[in-house]
Amino acid sequence: MSMIEFHDVQKYYGKFHALKDINLTIDKGETVVLIGPSGSGKSTLARTVNGLEDIQDGKLIVNGRDLSNPKTNINLLRKDVGMVFQHFNLYQNKNVLENVMLAPRIVLKLSEEENKQRAIEMLKMVGLEDKAENMPSQISGGQAQRVAIARSLAMKPKCMLFDEPTSALDPEMIDDVLQVIKEVASRGDMTSLIVTHEMGFAKEVADRVIFMDDGQILEDSDTKSFFANPQNERAKKFLSKIISH
Amino acid sequence: MINIISNHWEELLNGLGWTLLSSILALFFSLIIGSFFAIMEVLPSKTARVIGQIYVEIFRNIPLLVITMFFYLVIPMYVVKINGFTAGTIGLTIYTSAFIAETVRSGIQSIDIGQMEGARSTGMTYWQSMRYIILPQAFKIVIPPLGNQFVNLVKNSSVLAFVAGFDLMYQGNMLASTTFDTINSYLIVGLLYLVITLPMSYYMQHLEKKMA
Repeated sequence: MSMIEFHDVQKYYGKFHALKDINLTIDKGETVVLIGPSGSGKSTLARTVNGLEDIQDGKLIVNGRDLSNPKTNINLLRKDVGMVFQHFNLYQNKNVLENVMLAPRIVLKLSEEENKQRAIEMLKMVGLEDKAENMPSQISGGQAQRVAIARSLAMKPKCMLFDEPTSALDPEMIDDVLQVIKEVASRGDMTSLIVTHEMGFAKEVADRVIFMDDGQILEDSDTKSFFANPQNERAKKFLSKIISH
Repeated sequence: MINIISNHWEELLNGLGWTLLSSILALFFSLIIGSFFAIMEVLPSKTARVIGQIYVEIFRNIPLLVITMFFYLVIPMYVVKINGFTAGTIGLTIYTSAFIAETVRSGIQSIDIGQMEGARSTGMTYWQSMRYIILPQAFKIVIPPLGNQFVNLVKNSSVLAFVAGFDLMYQGNMLASTTFDTINSYLIVGLLYLVITLPMSYYMQHLEKKMA
């Protein structure tokens, strides 16, 4: 069973062709890592999956809902598809606990009691239950990102999108966040699409690696063979540059 | 000066009362109308944005006195009879609402786009995201500039004098022409305006410091 299906998807920003002929199927429970140079369209691709970016042509089906159809209720789709952003995007006017509790209260209409219990459970999972009363401005970037992950998980999504979750973090914060993502992605029923520059992490967590450049998918292989023996020339070059660092 | 105050304190207090009432009404309604058009100006719908912009650009760029005269002279001729106080307060409300719309709009647009994306990505609707995440942050940011608008509003309420609104400025004009003591009449009126506006200014500074 597939969770995400792209069929000949095209995305334009005005005249700029940001996603070209994207064909991609991600199965339920799979963990797919998306890599490629900056500006290659990997974030754009991830953002089309929950409709933060619209597409101009082709068919995109996520969790059985057709995003290419403008009548599709995008909010219902987003209930099941969580997203973690490069810059965390925690609500600056709410404390950590409220950040986690808001969407389950409004969208899922959970009772306060159940919601709070669930929120604390999520914060425990990311190791931050003692920060529940703090404001986002009072915690570190790494902590904020873990709260953002807890916020997404509180919706009990079937699929998680991670859009460069560690790119804005200090190096010593990265490991804690990757650890949490790994835990989430390894759940059997969780589908994860992860955009990242962390190659070691990709190797460890991914079932499949997709390499993008210039708005196109240039390689789509299982993790082992991608890192051992990439087929595409651009991918080879990219890997040799990144790994030599 | 003492003479004028002791002989005319009733008119002065009366004027102060009408000025305060007009200001409070205009403040309340211009905040609502201004926020409404501010939200229009940032909606995804282009039609809504254009309507919002037209409203703001028209009423921000016409003199307050012209708007007020329109309501005082034109509306009673064709639509409904309203007195000077009402006409003046409506003019003041509409004029101020255009500035408040601009202030609130800039506040909304200063909120990082990621706040909206974060909220939307959890399945909240556009309006839920606005209500719980964007607007509370935007209003906090615009409190100081809104305070300035409110001080301006109190001062601009002197436009009521031109349409027989019986406000402070109106009473000042009357005093000046009946007592012939123009200097002291307007000095007293000026001081009475300060009685309203200075506490407002200080309160705003206090709020600003508290929030910083």
